[in-house]
Amino acid sequence: MRNERTTEEVAHGIRRRVFEHSMRNNGGYLSQACSAAEQLAFLYNEALHLGPSTRPLIPPPFAGVPSADNPDYQTGAGYNGPFAPEYDRLFIAPAHYALVAYACLIEVGRMAPEGLEMFNKDGSSVEMIGAEHSPGMEVHNGTLGIGLSTAAGLAWGRARRGETGRVCVFMSDGEVQEGQTWEAVQAAAHHRIDNLWALMDVNRQQCDGAMDDVMEVRDIAEKFRAFGAVVAECDAHDLDALREAAATPHPGRPLIVLAHSSPTQGMEFLRRRFPRLHYVRFKSEEERREMNEAIAAELGIPPVPLEEAH
Amino acid sequence: MAEIVNRPYARAFEEYALRHDDVLCLSADLTSSCEIDGFRDRHPERFLSLGMAEQNMMSFAGGLGMAGFRPFLHSFGVFLYRRPYDQLVASVAYPRRRVRLMGFLPGVTTPGGMTHQAIEDVAVMRTLPNMTVLEAGDATEVESLVEAADSVDGPVYCRVLRGAVPRLFDTPLRVGLVRELSEGSDVLVVTAGITTEEALRARAALGRAGVSVRHLHLTTHKPFDAARIVEHAASVRRGVVTLENHLIAGGIGSQVAEALAEAGLARRLRRLGLRDTYAHGGSRPYLMRHYGLDALALVRAVEELTGERTGIGEEALEAVRIEAVHSAVKAEAL
Repeated sequence: MRNERTTEEVAHGIRRRVFEHSMRNNGGYLSQACSAAEQLAFLYNEALHLGPSTRPLIPPPFAGVPSADNPDYQTGAGYNGPFAPEYDRLFIAPAHYALVAYACLIEVGRMAPEGLEMFNKDGSSVEMIGAEHSPGMEVHNGTLGIGLSTAAGLAWGRARRGETGRVCVFMSDGEVQEGQTWEAVQAAAHHRIDNLWALMDVNRQQCDGAMDDVMEVRDIAEKFRAFGAVVAECDAHDLDALREAAATPHPGRPLIVLAHSSPTQGMEFLRRRFPRLHYVRFKSEEERREMNEAIAAELGIPPVPLEEAH
Repeated sequence: MAEIVNRPYARAFEEYALRHDDVLCLSADLTSSCEIDGFRDRHPERFLSLGMAEQNMMSFAGGLGMAGFRPFLHSFGVFLYRRPYDQLVASVAYPRRRVRLMGFLPGVTTPGGMTHQAIEDVAVMRTLPNMTVLEAGDATEVESLVEAADSVDGPVYCRVLRGAVPRLFDTPLRVGLVRELSEGSDVLVVTAGITTEEALRARAALGRAGVSVRHLHLTTHKPFDAARIVEHAASVRRGVVTLENHLIAGGIGSQVAEALAEAGLARRLRRLGLRDTYAHGGSRPYLMRHYGLDALALVRAVEELTGERTGIGEEALEAVRIEAVHSAVKAEAL
C-alpha cells in the first residue's frame, strides 16, 4: 500500500505532530522525532510492503494482556497490515520511540489524529512505551536488544514456510551496548537469514546522554560486519541515500542499515539541551514559550496555542 | 524391581517430532547432553543450533512461535531461565508463544554445582503468568512429557530426566495429573520428580513400622491442583510432608502451604528441600543425603509429625532400595 503523500511530507508531519504534542503535554520524545522522522516515514511510506490496516482508525482502549482467559486479545500489528505471506512485518525495537511511530501512523493514514490524544492516558492502548497491544507494535520491545532476535526467528520461520514477506526491525544505536544484539546478528548470519533487515537510527544518544560518554561502542559498522551482517551506511535525513542503502543486496546475510542522524534535525533549538536529549521537559514556562516559538519557526508552522492547553 | 530405561527422552522426542511438522529442535551447545544428538544427525533440517547464546535463543524461539512453529528448546534447566529471564518474559511468556522449554538436570541431579543447579526454577516459572510447569519423575513420564508439553496452548517449562531412568509408572503423564500412590491416614507425603522414588522407599519402611502414609506424586507444578491437595490433607490426622528437589521456598512446599492456608485447613506441614541455601557439586545420592532430600530425611520428618520414633535407619531404607536404580546410576558427567 502506497500513500499519496511524499515521504518528505510524512517526515515533516511526524516532526510537527511530535512537537505539538510535546508542547501541549509539557515534554516528550522530541529528539527521537528529529533523528528518526525520515526513517519511519521511509519505512511506512515506501520501503515496506504492508497491507492496509486491519484495525480501527481510533485505537480501542486497553483490552487486557494475553492470557487463556482473554481469547479476543490482539496486538497492535494490524495497524501494519494483515499477516499474509507476501507482506512485510515491522518491529519497532526502541519502544520509547512510540510517540514518533504513532505520529507516523497518523501521517500515513493508519491511525486517526485522535489516537495521539490518547497517548499515555490511563486505560489507553496508546502507551508511552509502546506495548505489544499499542498501535503499530507487533511484539514487546521495551527492553532493548530483544527485537532483532525475535525478528530473526520470525524471518527464519517465514523463509521455511516459503513466504515472500520480509522482516524489518527499526533499531536504535544504544541497543548495540546490549550483548543480545550481537548474539542475534551472529545467529542470523550463521543461519543465512537474509529476509531480515534492520534500519538503525544512529543518533549517538542514549538516556544518560551522549553514547561516547556513557559507554563507547567504537566502530559499529566494522563490528556488525565482523559478526556476519552486510552493512550499509547513509545520512538518515537524505531520502535518496536511505533508498540506496536499503537496496543493498545481502544474499545469505542480514542487512543492517546504519542511518547516521542528528538528534536535533529540524529543531536545532534543542542543541541548547545537548547532550541531555532523551526526554525533553521544560524547566520553566518561559523556556516552554521560547521553545514553542523557536521550533515552530524552524518547522515553518504556527506556534502551539498554549493558553488553550491544560 | 524397577526397569531401567536408557535415554527415554531421545527416543520419545524423535518419534513425536517426526509426526509433527511444526515442531523444531533447538539447542544451545548442549546437544548430546540433552540427548538430541541423534536427532540432529538424522534430521538436520529440523534442528537449529543457536550456540551458547540463550538470550538470543529465547527471543528467536518467540519469533519462531510467531511464525506458527513450536520450538523445543533444549538446555540444562538453569540456562533456560537465569540468564535469559527478561527474554523469557517478554518474548515467550507474555505473548503466550508455544515454546517448549526442556530443562535437563533439574535441582541436584547435576554434579555441576551452583551454576548448573536449577534449584529455584519451579518458583520462578510458576510465578510467571501464562506459564505451564511440568516435571517428570520416571521413564514413562519422560516419554510422555513431550506430547503433554506440546498439548499446551502457550509456553511450557519441563524438568526432564536424562540417561538411565527407572520406570515407576505405566500410565502417561498428562498436564494436571496427580498420582495417588497410596491412601494412608496418618501423614500425607507430596513429592515430584526424583523425590518420589525416595518417598516410595520411605513409605515401605514406614508401613512396616506402622505409619500409614498417603502419598501423592505431582507431575504439574502449574496449574496446581490445590483442591486435590486439600482434599487429601483433610483425610490424614498427623500432618503433611513435602519433599522436593528444589528450594523449599516457591516450590511444592510453598504451593501446599498456600493451598492449606487458603482452604483454612489446619494441618502441620514439614517442607523438605534445600533450605535457603545454594548447593555444591557432587553425586546425586551424596547431595540428597547432605541436603536432606532423601528417604531418611522424609522418615525423620514423619517422626516429627507423629511424635513417635520408628526406629528406621539407613539400613532399613537400604533394604527397600530399588537396587537396580542406584547401582546403574553413577554420578553423571556433564
